[in-house]
Amino acid sequence: MATGVDTLISPAMQDAKGKWGEPRVSPPIGVSDIRKWAIATYWPETPPQIYWDEAYAKTTKWGGIIAPPDFNPFAWPVRRQTPPASAQPVAGVRLTNMNGGQTDTFGAPMRPGDVVTARTRLQDFNERQGRFGLMLYAYSETEWTNQKGEFVRRRISTSIRY
Amino acid sequence: MTVKVQFDELRVGDELPPWSRQTDFMHWNRYAAVNDEFVPFHMDDEAGRRAGNQPGAFGMGNLRYAYLANALRDWIGDEAEIREIGCQYRAINQKNDVLTVVGQVVEKETVDGENRVKLTINVMNQAGEATCPGHAVVVLPSRAQLR
Repeated sequence: MATGVDTLISPAMQDAKGKWGEPRVSPPIGVSDIRKWAIATYWPETPPQIYWDEAYAKTTKWGGIIAPPDFNPFAWPVRRQTPPASAQPVAGVRLTNMNGGQTDTFGAPMRPGDVVTARTRLQDFNERQGRFGLMLYAYSETEWTNQKGEFVRRRISTSIRY
Repeated sequence: MTVKVQFDELRVGDELPPWSRQTDFMHWNRYAAVNDEFVPFHMDDEAGRRAGNQPGAFGMGNLRYAYLANALRDWIGDEAEIREIGCQYRAINQKNDVLTVVGQVVEKETVDGENRVKLTINVMNQAGEATCPGHAVVVLPSRAQLR
């Protein structure tokens, strides 16, 4: 909880507003990455064959295994990434970061072997007094494309920090 | 070819078949393992209380989001597309909650040759609380496209 500060909005956030950050590139998506994702999110039921059975998937309109739309190819980076300064509220304040929600638009499905490039920009932010004191709402846009340059996903997400 | 829902057959007001899971650490830890989401308040009751949730650790919003996507996929089958999903996380997913994805068709339109169906969606808990209101757009095959 933020105490002793008048604002959680940092100068870095102000500077970054509306500017695309450096692109990030995912490792190639593995068949097992997709299978495990589907098992975890369908647990304890069996996930659909389209996510793990290549012979079946070939008979569908997709022509092969696809990933669930919510699949995250950026999970498990080898090196931990420090969030950009623009994502950091004022220094010296320890905050809880909650996921407020998101809206995704999907294009080409992710497939085994795909390499996804992401770029993110801080769209807007505001703060107000809430249940946990001063609460910061930040809205960001992340765009994913694949190695063919096809649009994969656009996410508008809300983070809540307090 | 598995076609579960055709665009022509759907009517505004039609409902998604309910899709449920009872969630606890067995679900959350599996999700943490695939999404690398080892956030203390999802792992540990003390950390959950420190974050303001008195019962303790709580589930990931992203897992409820996956449930929305999975309920849509199970409903539309493999020959259709999920074009858009949006939601807000309004209530906490407590341990042992029974979460049920619900949805209702609110609009049908054909745009650029795509048969789009818009739905309101939500994840309800066993107390009937709407934990995750949102919307979705799916693209369905028409009867003519299947001939």
